[in-house]
Amino acid sequence: MNLFQEAALIAGKDLRIERRARVVSQQILPFGLIVLLLFAFALDPDRGVLRRVAPGLFWVTVLLATLLAISRSFGIESENAARDGLRLSGLDGSAVFLGKAAALALELLVFEALLTFGVVVLFDVHLAALVPLCLATAAATVGLAATGTLYGVLAAGIRARETLVPVLMLPVVAPVLLGATRAWESSIDGPTSDAWPWVAMLGVFAVLFVGIGMLAFGPLLEES
Amino acid sequence: MSATALEARGSSERLLNPWVRRGFGIAALASLVALAIVGLAVAPPDAVQGDAQRIMYVHVPAAWLAYLAFGVTSVSSTLYLWPRTRALVWDRIAGASAELGVVFTSLTLVLGSLWGRPVWGVWWAWDARLVTTAVLFFLYLGYLALRRIPAAVDVRAKRCAIAALIAFVDVPIVHFSVTWWRTLHQQATVFNPKLDAEIHGSMALALWLGVLAFTLLYVYLLDLRYRLEVLDEDRDERELETAIADRVRGAGVPTAPGAVGVSS
Amino acid sequence: MPLVVRLRSAVCLLGRFPALAGVDLDVATGEVVLLSGGNGAGKTTLLRVLAGLVPLHDGEAEVLGVDLTRDRRSHRPRLSFVGQEAFAYDDLSVRENVRFAARISGRTDADADAVIDELELAGLADVRHGRLSTGQRRRLGLAAGLVRRPELLLLDEPHAGLDAPGRAFLDGVLGSAGREGTSVVIASHELDLVRPVASREASLVNGQGGGTLTGSPDGSAAGEVRS
Repeated sequence: MNLFQEAALIAGKDLRIERRARVVSQQILPFGLIVLLLFAFALDPDRGVLRRVAPGLFWVTVLLATLLAISRSFGIESENAARDGLRLSGLDGSAVFLGKAAALALELLVFEALLTFGVVVLFDVHLAALVPLCLATAAATVGLAATGTLYGVLAAGIRARETLVPVLMLPVVAPVLLGATRAWESSIDGPTSDAWPWVAMLGVFAVLFVGIGMLAFGPLLEES
Repeated sequence: MSATALEARGSSERLLNPWVRRGFGIAALASLVALAIVGLAVAPPDAVQGDAQRIMYVHVPAAWLAYLAFGVTSVSSTLYLWPRTRALVWDRIAGASAELGVVFTSLTLVLGSLWGRPVWGVWWAWDARLVTTAVLFFLYLGYLALRRIPAAVDVRAKRCAIAALIAFVDVPIVHFSVTWWRTLHQQATVFNPKLDAEIHGSMALALWLGVLAFTLLYVYLLDLRYRLEVLDEDRDERELETAIADRVRGAGVPTAPGAVGVSS
Repeated sequence: MPLVVRLRSAVCLLGRFPALAGVDLDVATGEVVLLSGGNGAGKTTLLRVLAGLVPLHDGEAEVLGVDLTRDRRSHRPRLSFVGQEAFAYDDLSVRENVRFAARISGRTDADADAVIDELELAGLADVRHGRLSTGQRRRLGLAAGLVRRPELLLLDEPHAGLDAPGRAFLDGVLGSAGREGTSVVIASHELDLVRPVASREASLVNGQGGGTLTGSPDGSAAGEVRS
C-alpha cells in the first residue's frame, strides 16, 4: 500500500466514525452557532458593528471549534488503546498524519460551510468575490487541520491534553487567523486584489505545516 | 550498557567552568552598574521624548535577549533532534534558555509599555514589532507548559524540541503577516518608535552597554539554570536506581503504578 | 531452528518504574511459550517489548530477525498483539473494526468476514463495539489480531473475560500454532488451560526471569527456567 492508500484508510475510518457519532454536526456546529449568537449579545447588533467584524468573528469561532474537533479526533484514539493499534499496524506515520488531517479538514470545511450560512443570515453579510474567499478558506482550513493534528498527537497521552493543545496551538496559528480574516474582508468589502497575497500566505502556511506534520507525526505517535 | 545510560554518565554537568561562570557574573554586574551610570546620568535626555527615552537602554537589550534566547532554544532543539548530535545537554539548554527567554520577553513587553505611556500616550499599540513579541511570549509559555509534563526525560525532550522548532518556523510567518497587516492600515507611522534613528555618543554607548550587560547576564543565568536541571535529573536518576534495586530484591514495590503521568 | 525471539538481560522502564529488571527469553519457530508470573511481574511489559511498543533501557532483543535496540517498528506488520483492549473504535461495528484491521495489514474484506465467522461473531457483526460485552470484545480483539495471519502471536491474558465460543477458538489456535508455523507467547494465569498446549513455560518474578533454550537441537526440550 502506498502512502495515499494508507492515508485514505485512516481518513475513511475517521470519517466513518464521524458519520456514525455525529459529533461535528450535532455538537460542534451548534457550539459554533451559539458562539455567533453570543457575539451578537456581546457586541452591538444594530450599528453595523457585527457586519464589519463578521469575518473576524467567523474565524475566531472556527478556531475554537477546531480545538474541539482536535480533542475529538484524538479522543477516539484514546479509547481501547487505539493508539497502540495504530502503532502496531505498521502504517507509516506520515500516512496516519495525512489521513487524520484530511478527515479533520473535511469536517472543518463542512462546519465552515454551515457557519458561513449562519454568518450571512445573522450578521447580514453579503459574500461577493467567491473565488478568493473559497481559496483562502480552503488554505486556512488545511493549515489549521495540519497544525491541529500535529499538536493533537504531541499532546496525546498527556493528562493535561485538553488545556495544553490550545496553549500550544493558538499562538502558532495566529497568522492563519490574520490572513483568513483579511482575505474575507477583502472579498466582501475591499478591493478583491488585496485578498490574493493573504491567500498565498495561507497556502505557504498550509504546505509548511503539512510537511512538518508528515515528518514529526510518526516519531511523536511512537511515544505517546 | 544502554545508550541512554551511557549518555547520562558522559553528559556534561555544567556548561561553564565555575571560575568562568563567576567571571561572567562579575562582568555582568559591572556592566549593569556601568549601564546604570551611563544610562541614567551620563547620556543626555532625548530631545523629543525626554527622560522617558532612557527606558530604551534596557528595553532594547531585553528585546535582543528575548530573541537570542529563542534562537538558542531553537538551535539546541535542532541539535537534540538530529540523531548524530542527540544528547540531553541540548534539551537542558533549550529548557533553560526558554525560561530566561520568557523572563526577558515579559521584561521587554513591560518596559515597552512603561515607555509607551508617556511617549505615545497609550500602554499598548498594535505595532508589528510589539505584536510579534507578544506572540513570542505566548509561544514561550506554551513551550514551558509542555516542559512540565510528567514523562520520561527523553520523551519530554523530544516533544519539547519539536514544539520549539514549530515555534521557530512560525515566528517569521507571524512577523511577516503582522508587519504586512499593520502597514496596510497606515497606522504604523503614528506609532513608529524611531528605534532605527541615528543615535551616537553616550546614548549609543548606553545601548551597547545594555546589550553587553544583558548578554553576560544571560550566559551566567543559563549556566546556573542548566546546573539546576542536572541536579534535578540526578535526583530522579538516584530514585530510579533505588527503585530498580528494590525491584530486583523483590522488596517494597509489588505492583507497577501504571505508566506514570502518561495515559491513554 | 531459527529463533523468533531472543532476549538477554532486558531492562525496561515504564516512566520511572523498572518494569523489567533483567529478563532472558527464547522462542523458537512454532513454539507456544507460556509466560507465567504474579500480578506486576512484568508479563504485559515483556509482551509490549516484543511488539516493539516499549524501548529497552538495557539488554539485547531480537524479534523476527530485527534488532529492537535499533529498530522497533519494521517487524510489527508480521506480528499480532492481542491484549486486554481490542484496539477498536467504539462507534464502529464489529465488522467495520475487523475489516479495518484487515485492510491495514493488506488483507481483504473477505478475510475479515471469514475470521468473524470463525469466531462466531457473525450474529454481532453490525453491533457497535461500544455495545459489546467484555467477552465479545475479547473475541473481537482475537479476530482483529488473527486476521493479519501473523508469524508471531503475542497474547496477554487471552482467557480473561473470554466467553465459551472464544475459548474454544483460542484453544484451536494454540493447538494448531505449531503446525502452521506461528509462534505464540502467551501470558496467562490460567496455567491449567495453557500448560497442556504450551511447549515451554517461562516465569517472571518482579521483572526478572524468563526462559531460554539450552542446548537441544530441535528446541522442543523443556528450557531452563530461571528466576
